[in-house]
Amino acid sequence: MDFSAYRGILIVVEQRAGTAKNVSWQLLGEAQRLAQKLDAPLMALVIGHEVEPLAREAIERGADRVYLCDAKELKDYRTRPYSRVCLHVIEQAKPEIVLMGATYTGRDLAGAIATHLPTGLTADCTQLDVDENRLLLASRPAFSEKMLATILCKQYKPQMATARAGVFMALPRDPSRSGEIVRISPQMNPDEIATEVLDFLREMGRVNLEDAEVIVAGGRGLGGPAPFALLKDLADALGGVVGASRVAVEAGWIDHDHQVGQTGTTVRPKLYIAVGISGAVQHLVGMQHSDVIVAINKDPDAPIFRVANFGIVGDLFEIVPALTKTVIARRGL
Amino acid sequence: MHIVVCIKQVPDSREIRIDPVTNTLVRQGVPAIVNFYDLHGLEEALRLKDEMGARVTVVSMGPPSAEKALKQCIAMGADEAVLVSDRGFAGADTLATSYVVALTIKKVAQEMEPVDMVFCGKQTLDGDTGQVGPGVACRLDYDQLTYVEKVLDVDPVARTVTVHRHLEDGVEVVRTKLPVLMTALTNLNKPRRASLPGVLRAAKYKPIVWTTNDFPDIDRAKIGLRGSPTIVSKTWVPEPRTVNTEMIEAPDVRETVAVLVEKLWNTELPARLGW
Ligand SMILES: Cc1cc2nc3c(=O)[nH]c(=O)nc-3n(C[C@H](O)[C@H](O)[C@@H](O)COP(=O)(O)OP(=O)(O)OC[C@H]3O[C@@H](n4cnc5c(N)ncnc54)[C@H](O)[C@@H]3O)c2cc1C
Ligand SMILES: Cc1cc2nc3c(=O)[nH]c(=O)nc-3n(C[C@H](O)[C@H](O)[C@H](O)COP(=O)(O)OP(=O)(O)OC[C@H]3O[C@@H](n4cnc5c(N)ncnc54)[C@H](O)[C@@H]3O)c2cc1C
Repeated sequence: MDFSAYRGILIVVEQRAGTAKNVSWQLLGEAQRLAQKLDAPLMALVIGHEVEPLAREAIERGADRVYLCDAKELKDYRTRPYSRVCLHVIEQAKPEIVLMGATYTGRDLAGAIATHLPTGLTADCTQLDVDENRLLLASRPAFSEKMLATILCKQYKPQMATARAGVFMALPRDPSRSGEIVRISPQMNPDEIATEVLDFLREMGRVNLEDAEVIVAGGRGLGGPAPFALLKDLADALGGVVGASRVAVEAGWIDHDHQVGQTGTTVRPKLYIAVGISGAVQHLVGMQHSDVIVAINKDPDAPIFRVANFGIVGDLFEIVPALTKTVIARRGL
Repeated sequence: MHIVVCIKQVPDSREIRIDPVTNTLVRQGVPAIVNFYDLHGLEEALRLKDEMGARVTVVSMGPPSAEKALKQCIAMGADEAVLVSDRGFAGADTLATSYVVALTIKKVAQEMEPVDMVFCGKQTLDGDTGQVGPGVACRLDYDQLTYVEKVLDVDPVARTVTVHRHLEDGVEVVRTKLPVLMTALTNLNKPRRASLPGVLRAAKYKPIVWTTNDFPDIDRAKIGLRGSPTIVSKTWVPEPRTVNTEMIEAPDVRETVAVLVEKLWNTELPARLGW
């Protein structure tokens, strides 16, 4: 195959009900850096129903050209119709790199598209770069986060990767940026699509640690389920969610979805507050890439302090409620 | 109803350690297990078999030692197990893996009984990509329902399946037509233990083994290392986080937290979080 015509980077924007996932804008921010290195255009693809404002937002956040496919049948994500649109745009735009978020939907879609094309797909990247041969250096954690591996795709185009939320920085919106919007028609006959989305139960959504920007996590030091309410108050005041160590989960104080660490979720929030957590290595691998870490523990020798930016030695039952009050006052909530 | 369950034997990567001196993986003594997400796929297939009658076939691409993983599935109650094993498959990435797994399912459908449903795990413990399921669905031209946490209904007459898919922000209720490929989350069910008759059967059981020669139409450019577009160019152990921890000490709790809040507000956090 001759891939010489392939140029530029395409970001597939993920949205629900007209709101984009943060990871899409984060990828656009990172891809702008890569596109500059490649001296190539940065493109975005927006698919959905009544999503035109997102096309505009993609330009404001760094895209030079946006492919927009807006149709009633595309209101909900479904693999077949969405992958047809993607394949059509990839054929038309010929990007050398295609990136999307490593979300449930992103992985579902990317896996289908890469197989159709066919091309190589690197999963769940946390570092992206390009080299002088225009190769995408896609790096991802491996072996329960203990190692990083850089994966290349030399013989096929586009080079594809999904990337984790919370790793890259989105660009602020710049209303003065201009770009082109290219309208695409849905590439399907509705009768061919067997899958129907019957309902979306938002209330059944569990805690979303992956996307959380602030996490207040509790461990054995809490001593039972009730004190998690104190953490919830603090998390609410900071606009975050509650996490937990495995000990707290296994004691049945809180649901497994809250577990941070090797056998739980790997998180990368902007702020992580560890409360009554000692900092076992299996916990640390899941949270040490948080931007700012605060540790609250009564034991001054707890290993958690070694990864924390700020530490308070003391009793969590005194400190957490006082901290919540101060934050609420400071934010004028 | 014929249900195929795809399984992979994996090293229990939770047990893999990094040698602090050489910075390499210590694989010695790391047990090989059935990727635990796959056991949830198998359990769901067995549950449907108990409820409505079904034939359950387990398939795996892997080295000869993966026979052990397949026997474990027989002990749990699977009817038949197929191991596709060939040196030519070694080094496969997800694209090459989904090619061989899909060919295997096609052959299973031809030689045993047409396939109505395929279960895969959400992802594996080693490669951890979650890409093989969508790849196989795409190659078989089945609809795919990934990240299933509940199978609400299987209608053998209308030939539909309705499930709950777990997403980051909620649960989606989706229905589609058979044949379908689903990928299983751990909260889908609780895998059963092997039964005594199952264990006895597994002890004598020999999985069906297929090599490349059993697939006359196989395209050898699409298998193993040659058929894998992705190349691992290097691996390294990331530097541990090094920070200068600032311990906050003040005469009383109120002041301590006030100092902390002040320090947090002097970082980029308020701007980035919109506080
Ligand atoms: C550290 C590391 C990183 C890797 N990164 C990538 C990458 O980014 N992109 C890439 O394409 N490859 C990658 N690979 C290669 C890839 O992991 C495997 O070699 C591939 O064979 C299976 O992919 P997986 O383990 O990710 O499976 P997943 O896609 O996570 O598996 C999902 C499900 O598919 C089924 N399944 C998977 N493998 C088999 C099998 N052999 N037989 C039967 N059913 C199976 C199981 O039901 C499983 O639960 C990587 C490998 C390693 C060791
Ligand atoms: C294979 C494997 C996988 C694992 N996976 C995970 C994982 O994913 N996530 C995980 O978290 N763990 C995991 N673990 C467990 C891990 O090794 C630790 O056991 C666990 O993280 C400890 O939890 P903890 O910090 O809550 O409890 P502890 O280690 O008991 O620490 C409790 C801390 O609370 C402090 N404390 C007590 N009372 C107070 C108080 N009133 N005020 C302030 N501080 C107080 C104590 O000083 C202590 O430091 C795993 C272990 C293994 C072997």
